[in-house]
Amino acid sequence: MRVVVQQEPFDFGAEAEAFARGQTGMGAVVTFTGVVRDLDTGGLEAMEIEHYPGMTQKAIAGVAEKARDRWSLGDVLVIHRYGRLAPGERIMMVATAAPHRKDAFEAAEYLMDYLKSRAPFWKKEITAEGADWVAAKDEDEAALDRW
Amino acid sequence: MEVLYFAWVRERIGLPRETVETGAATVRELVEELRAREDRYEAAFADLSALRVALDQELRDFDAPLEGVREVAFFPPMTGG
Repeated sequence: MRVVVQQEPFDFGAEAEAFARGQTGMGAVVTFTGVVRDLDTGGLEAMEIEHYPGMTQKAIAGVAEKARDRWSLGDVLVIHRYGRLAPGERIMMVATAAPHRKDAFEAAEYLMDYLKSRAPFWKKEITAEGADWVAAKDEDEAALDRW
Repeated sequence: MEVLYFAWVRERIGLPRETVETGAATVRELVEELRAREDRYEAAFADLSALRVALDQELRDFDAPLEGVREVAFFPPMTGG
């Protein structure tokens, strides 16, 4: 398991390739990457992501451990960035390896659902008009109920 | 104990962290002490349903005991991913 919290960009292709390479016992590798999305109305200058150093790594590793308890998984990778990101930049990625695809897909979705509302990150949208903290959505909290 | 603030809680209070001397038994009691200090604390803690708390970097609820806790963090619901 590898959990990385960093300010710098990451190379999604290289990370996915390195993760998938040498997985001889694993029939499935699922990768997901999250991208900074412009506002529906356009005009997003940047997304600023704040986090809680110290807790972030532990919280993500805890979620990944739970995923490994629940599904038959090989390796798990989570990379999450913080700092100032422009629209189109990649915020984070998750990769899961499993003998069979159902476990790999479900574990990746579980990780994403929990990272959204249980990993200590806070997003702020910067536009020409000012800055606004992104509010957590009820549906993100509700998404945890299915697990 | 060390008290940390993140996101708009940090902005409202105007500090990322501070050392607080307290005899509060629970998080809720600590919040009441902080609220009584100044308007900026009152503004930050006005609606507890809009806040989350971590004790020694683990999510807990507002009734959790503070005994033995070194680090308390207050922040809005998280928006990762």
